[in-house]
Amino acid sequence: MADNFDDLRDLYQEVILDRGRHPRHGQRLQAFDATAKGDNPMCGDRVQVWVKFDPDGAVADTGFEARGCAISVASADLMAETVQGRSKADTAALFATFRDMVRTGVCPACDTAMEQLAPLSGVHEYPSRVKCATLPWHALIAALDGTKEASSE
Amino acid sequence: MNVDDIRRDFPILSQTIRGKPLIYLDSGASAQKPRAVIDAMVNAMETQYANVHRGLHWMSERTTDAYEAARDAVATLMNAGDRAEIVFTRNSTEALNLVAHSYGRGILKPGQAVVISAMEHHSNIVPWQMLRDAHGVELRVAPITDAGELDMAAFEALLEDGKVGLVSVTHMSNVLGTVTPAERIVQIAHAHGAKVMFDGSQAIVHRRVDVQALGCDLYAWTGHKLYGPTGIGVLWARRELLEAMPPFLGGGDMISSVTFEKSTWAQVPHKFEAGTPAILEGIGLKAAIDYVLGIGYDALAAHELALTDHALARLGAIEGLKIYGRAQDRGGVISFMLDKAHAHDVATLLDRQGIAVRAGHHCAEPLMRRLGVDSTARASFGMYTTMAEIDALADTLNRVREFFT
Repeated sequence: MADNFDDLRDLYQEVILDRGRHPRHGQRLQAFDATAKGDNPMCGDRVQVWVKFDPDGAVADTGFEARGCAISVASADLMAETVQGRSKADTAALFATFRDMVRTGVCPACDTAMEQLAPLSGVHEYPSRVKCATLPWHALIAALDGTKEASSE
Repeated sequence: MNVDDIRRDFPILSQTIRGKPLIYLDSGASAQKPRAVIDAMVNAMETQYANVHRGLHWMSERTTDAYEAARDAVATLMNAGDRAEIVFTRNSTEALNLVAHSYGRGILKPGQAVVISAMEHHSNIVPWQMLRDAHGVELRVAPITDAGELDMAAFEALLEDGKVGLVSVTHMSNVLGTVTPAERIVQIAHAHGAKVMFDGSQAIVHRRVDVQALGCDLYAWTGHKLYGPTGIGVLWARRELLEAMPPFLGGGDMISSVTFEKSTWAQVPHKFEAGTPAILEGIGLKAAIDYVLGIGYDALAAHELALTDHALARLGAIEGLKIYGRAQDRGGVISFMLDKAHAHDVATLLDRQGIAVRAGHHCAEPLMRRLGVDSTARASFGMYTTMAEIDALADTLNRVREFFT
C-alpha cells in the first residue's frame, strides 16, 4: 500500500517489531540476585527486571516482564542481551550512552557494544516516546543499585 | 449547523502536521479555540485591561464589567438561579478540591461517607482520599457494569445506611463516554439525605446542563474543554451551600475586612475567589459560551450523536479492535485497543498521518484496572469533527493493524 507508514520505519525497524512481538528475554528468572520495577506514571507502562550475577559481580543473565508498547518491550529485550557479561559500572556507562543516543539520535561515543541498541535511536524524533525506551534501563539500574523501584520521570 | 462553516472559525484546523491535514480527535483532553475566543482575549489586552474589583479608574471598571459578564454567561449556560452561585476556579480539579476541602472539612463530619464511582477521573478520586485520610470520612466506590454504566442497584445500596453525606460522580466518563443518569442519581441520593455533585468536565461540552432541572447541589466543569481558554473552571453550587461552606483559599478579594486578630469573609461567590482571578480567561470563556450557545446544544448534540454512531460502526468493523464502554447513553468519546498493537504505538502511527488521539490511562487508573487494561487509545470529538475524519481514523487503524501483524 502506498504511504504505508514508510517514514515510520526509522522508529519501527524490523528488529523492534520482532523483539516487541517475541522478546527473547521476556520472562522472570527462576534464580536471581536482584530485581526492581520500573513505572512510567504518565503512560501506565510497567516493567520488572530480574538480574543474576556472576561470581565476579558481572551481569550473568537478565529477564523482564513488561506491560508496554513495542518500543519499551524491544528496548528491554535488547538491553538484556547487551548487558550480559558487563560489570555494574560498565552497565551504568552503557545506559548513559544509550540515553544520549535516544534523546539526540546521534551517538558519537558509540562503539560496537552499542550496535545492537542502535535501532532504537529513531525514538529521538518522538520526545513523548523516549521514556518508553529508557524505562527498562531505569529498572535495571535500580536493581543493580539495590533500590526496588524506578521511574522514568 | 454547518461543520464547514464551524471549521473556518477555528484557525488551528487549517494546520498541517508532518505534511498531512490535522485531524484533531483529542478534544476530550482539550478543545481547540474559535476565533471569537482568541479575539476576545487579544482585544481585551489591547484595549481594555486592568485588575478587577478594586479599581476606581475607567480601565478597571470596564474590565470588571467584562469579567463579571462571564459570570452571567455561565449562570445563563447552566440555568443557575442566582449569579452568585457561580464560583470561578482554575479548572475542574480545583473546583473538586475546593469542595473536598471546604464542604468536606466544614460540613461533613468524621464517620460520614462520600460516594464516587468506579469510572472517575483522578481529580474526583484523589481529593476525597485526602479528605478521608485527614478528616475520617469514609470513601465508597459505586461499581460499574460490564457495559460501562453505573450499577444503580449497587449505588443505591451504598447509601442505605444513611451515612453518606455527599455523592460526587462524573456526569460523563472521559474514558467510556458513558453519560450517567443524573436525575436518578439525584433522586436516590436525596432520598437518602445525601447532596450530589457532578464532575461535568466532559458532559457540558456535549449537552445542555440545566442545574435546576437536574436537581443536583454542586456541579464542576472546566473552560478549556468547552472551546474556551485554559486556566478557568467553574463550580456551581446552591447559594445556601456556598454560604454554609468555609473559604478554601485565603487572600485578597475574598475578605470583607482584615485585622491581625480576625478577618471576615466576602459574600459569595467572592468568598471562594482569593487573589487576582483569571481575568482574560474569564473574558475568553464568555466568548466561548456565546459561541456555543450561538450554535445551540440541540445542533451540537445531534452532530455528536451522528459522529459517535458512525465511529462506533466504523471502528467496530475493524478486525481485532475492541471498544471499551457500551453504554446506552453516551457521548463522543471512544476508547479502544487493537489486539496486535499497544495503544502508544497506535497513537504514534496515527500521529504520523496527522491524526491526534490520546493514549494512556486517561487519568483514570482504577477504571483501567476495572477494564483489565493498562492503557487504551481514545478518540474524542468536537463540534468541528467531520465524518470524513472518522473515516480517515478507521482507514488508518486498519493499516496500523497490518503494520503490527
